[in-house]
Amino acid sequence: MFWDEKAECMERDEINEVQLKKLQNIVKYAFDNVPYYHKKYTECEVFPEDIETLEDIKKLPFTTKTDLRESYPFGMFAVDKKEVIEIHSSSGTTGKPVVGGYTRKDIDYWSELMARGLTEWGITDEDIVQNTHGYGLFTGGFGVHYGAQKIGATVVPISTGQTRRQVELMNDFDTTLLVVTPSYGLYIGEVAKEEGFDPRDFGLKAIAFGSEMWTEEMRKRLEDTFGVPAYNIYGLTEMMGPGIGVECKEQNGLHIAEDFYYPEIIDSNTGKNLAEGEKGELVLTNLQREAMPIIRFRTKDITALHYDKCDCGRTFCRMERITGRTDDMIKVKGVAVFPSQIEKALLKVSEVEPHYQVIVTRPGSLDEIEVKVETSPDLFSDDVTEMLGIQRKIGEYIKNEIGIKVKVTLVEPKSIPRSEAKAVRVIDKRNFN
Amino acid sequence: MEKVKQLSIFLTNQKGRLYKVLDILGKNGVNIRALSLADTSEFGILRLIVDDPNKGQKILEDNNYTIKISTAIAVELNDVPGGLSSILKILNDNDINLDYLYAFTHEKTDNAILLLCTHDLDLLIKVLHKENVRIVPSDEVYNL
Repeated sequence: MFWDEKAECMERDEINEVQLKKLQNIVKYAFDNVPYYHKKYTECEVFPEDIETLEDIKKLPFTTKTDLRESYPFGMFAVDKKEVIEIHSSSGTTGKPVVGGYTRKDIDYWSELMARGLTEWGITDEDIVQNTHGYGLFTGGFGVHYGAQKIGATVVPISTGQTRRQVELMNDFDTTLLVVTPSYGLYIGEVAKEEGFDPRDFGLKAIAFGSEMWTEEMRKRLEDTFGVPAYNIYGLTEMMGPGIGVECKEQNGLHIAEDFYYPEIIDSNTGKNLAEGEKGELVLTNLQREAMPIIRFRTKDITALHYDKCDCGRTFCRMERITGRTDDMIKVKGVAVFPSQIEKALLKVSEVEPHYQVIVTRPGSLDEIEVKVETSPDLFSDDVTEMLGIQRKIGEYIKNEIGIKVKVTLVEPKSIPRSEAKAVRVIDKRNFN
Repeated sequence: MEKVKQLSIFLTNQKGRLYKVLDILGKNGVNIRALSLADTSEFGILRLIVDDPNKGQKILEDNNYTIKISTAIAVELNDVPGGLSSILKILNDNDINLDYLYAFTHEKTDNAILLLCTHDLDLLIKVLHKENVRIVPSDEVYNL
């Protein structure tokens, strides 16, 4: 089923035409209205009129997360603050977070993206959408919310947590679409079983999941638990939010909304564009965005693009499931975590950065994160109360930095293996391959 | 010298950690006089009185242990019922708050030795002198 059949089934040459026109418009729009782009393009001596073909996008420099952080808070806006009716934000690494702004039109574009996904999964105004994505600065909650409202479905904005209540509502309200992170979805299934329910009897039509690394094996587990198909959503705060890519019924890649985004794959070391089917770093360009047009954003997500025919009928290209990052970011409980954030927290407790290691596991359905910190003369006292206090303080500072609670274990010096090359800061025992 | 040097050693709460540290000291000829282990569910702090605290410290640091020298006062008690509580009464009456304490025997006199640790050791020494409680000099403790 299509939300916008005309757009979603355009022939490839029509897609290219639409993209070129929008690209030319947005480059000029950004150049004229965003001081960052005006300065950058002038320095690089590339101007809007130099974009004559889609290939010419390669003349434009990349935008990185650092650029966005340096423009914090509103330096990337193309419009006056007054026109911005909503703001979302993602965590920063060291330094400032990233801010995304939306005008009323942008909210409409955003809703459009998710509306397409929902419709494809068979969701209509007759359906009840239980949205367990976090509502707040995170874009997951509101993105799904707006899309569901656009198609007229009934949204239950329960957000994250309250798992027993989630199960209760799913049963009482006859939820037909459950939106989750894959690990949380599996956890809800477990709790449902504990409460004496068979998740397959809830009357769901489908599950939509995102915001975390996943494997086909995890998808299958979700589908087996709830007895319905589970579809992936891809998005990132910098480029608006969820909906940039949505899976169709074929479950063979996510269709990128090519009338809203121009995708490229590059070699993350050389910056050179790669061919169809080759794995590399995904670069995205907004083709339609008012408040904050971003051009050639390096997402650091690793994937490949496919332009061949899809049996669902959509002509938009498909991106493969994300299998890794080009940086050291990991996602724990749906939240982005950088080792540098842990380092920043540790430096607040000790003058010398202690040796540490982050261990992420998933013993059951949910992620667990442990930070091992080596003691040192700087980080030791004969006083047990003081030591427990240090341990607790480390935990608090880390939670302040990354937003989730971690287990802190103080260990003996040299008990964390040293390596000659780059220090292994993070041991991720969850298997995503 | 009245203040006794005590080695405080951080130990991970894991099988074999206590054995390993004691083994290293033993192999290097360091003799332990008294021992106390403060354990929590998270980690342990091992406190040792040894015959040569400086040597003990060096050996442990060379073996990558996190160690601090802390100080305590050793007090000699008569080995009779009430010996311990009489000391504690003195501390109570003088508002001295103990962090921890542990006891062992004085090999040569058959008396008991009480190791007291508190934040203000100088005040403790003053009070003990006032009450005529015998403070065992550090050398005597190391050479028990």
